[in-house]
Amino acid sequence: MALTKADFAERLFDELGLNKREAKEMVELFFEEIKGSLENGEQVKISGFGKFELRDKNSRPGRNPKTGEEIPITARRVVTFRSGQKLKARVEAYAGAE
Amino acid sequence: MTKSELIEALARQQPHLAQKDVELAVKCIIEKMNQALSSGERIEIRGFGSFSLHERPPRMGRNPKTGDSVALAKKYVPHFKPGKELRDRVDESRGKCKIID
Repeated sequence: MALTKADFAERLFDELGLNKREAKEMVELFFEEIKGSLENGEQVKISGFGKFELRDKNSRPGRNPKTGEEIPITARRVVTFRSGQKLKARVEAYAGAE
Repeated sequence: MTKSELIEALARQQPHLAQKDVELAVKCIIEKMNQALSSGERIEIRGFGSFSLHERPPRMGRNPKTGDSVALAKKYVPHFKPGKELRDRVDESRGKCKIID
């Protein structure tokens, strides 16, 4: 089961004693603030987690993989995430459960 | 934007909370994300995106100093896939503002 906003809100309720409404609002605002920053062209660096970077891509030739038809991929701005050292090290240590 | 700027922005929007509590909340959310990913759990935030792990197969590497071969075990790396809303909002801003650090 994937973690969702509700799980984060519950954690804030349990651990910090925010009430349910405050906890829910905090989680909403947290992700909205990061989106807003990226939308303003500002990259976001969260120490202990990682960095959300922006990249402008030029247009390039592409293909519909099903039909083989050539269609140009338009120029666009994209978000990429680079995990920080701490998160990388913790994830690397994960042995895999499946 | 850095973590401390994020905390300040969130504190401004929630004047009923003490700045200290906002700081604890941000750290709590980040720690929960780290814990989830390091135990192999996915994170899905609608409109923002999802975080998951990608597997890197085992491979032979080299010690760049000595040139010796070393066997590297399979490992996992964090991966982020932006959600549709974030993708669209960021792409629409392309013509309006430059990318700043």
